[in-house]
Amino acid sequence: MKISCDEATKICDKNQYGEASIWDKIKLNFHLFLCEKCGLYSKQNVILTKCYEIHKDSESRKKHCLTEEDKKHLEQELKTRI
Amino acid sequence: MPLTNKHKLNPNKWIALHADYLYNYTISRINNQDLAKDIIQDTFFAALKAQANFKGLASERTWLISILKRKIIDHYRKINSTKGKAEVKMNFYSDGDREGEWIEERVPSTWGSEIEQVIENDELSEALEKCIEDLPEKYAMVFRMKTIQQFETEEICKELEITSSNLWVIIHRARIQLRKCMEESWFKN
Repeated sequence: MKISCDEATKICDKNQYGEASIWDKIKLNFHLFLCEKCGLYSKQNVILTKCYEIHKDSESRKKHCLTEEDKKHLEQELKTRI
Repeated sequence: MPLTNKHKLNPNKWIALHADYLYNYTISRINNQDLAKDIIQDTFFAALKAQANFKGLASERTWLISILKRKIIDHYRKINSTKGKAEVKMNFYSDGDREGEWIEERVPSTWGSEIEQVIENDELSEALEKCIEDLPEKYAMVFRMKTIQQFETEEICKELEITSSNLWVIIHRARIQLRKCMEESWFKN
């Protein structure tokens, strides 16, 4: 039942992706009940997950594509080897 | 299978037909434009050399992607073995009586009370991106794939040939370091 802070915060991170098992969560909650430091980590982790979500949205709006110049360059490089 | 149903390769059209697709595939895994361009160029060159191995059972694109996947694993292995540079700082004691406990200077400290406003700031994304870029490359890559691109754990493990426990250790270390970085650059008032 007893786990270290390292282990507890690792489960806490996993839980942010909804991938911690029930047993993991029981161990985590038991630890959080006793450990203030990890309690704070856990609270802040939820906030960080929101930040990552915001960042994800702003990243997904960015379009990545090759410029015509890039393609021409690739084309030439490839032609010399065909 | 009749011969006519087999897929054929046409290297003269590779750039026009597949370059954008391969580039996007790469950029969602390796968030660096120059590197992504190098990797797809390498992929096309390797594909040219390996034409004889193409059996025509899969489409040209699927075949090119399979070569690209190898290039991405090669890249991951390379950054995985680069030691020293910006190695992740220790957060917990690694041995002795206090093994697994927080190292004092890494203990989370309380943030200001106006969290909601701080989060809604437009520059948040920029600050976060900086913190991600400060991570060791391997951590940044896995963190991005999992959190920003939201790939399934299984998919990442398969693509990078790592175990899921390996993945969670990387995510854990990345998030602890990001928390610290964001605390210093953003949440501390």
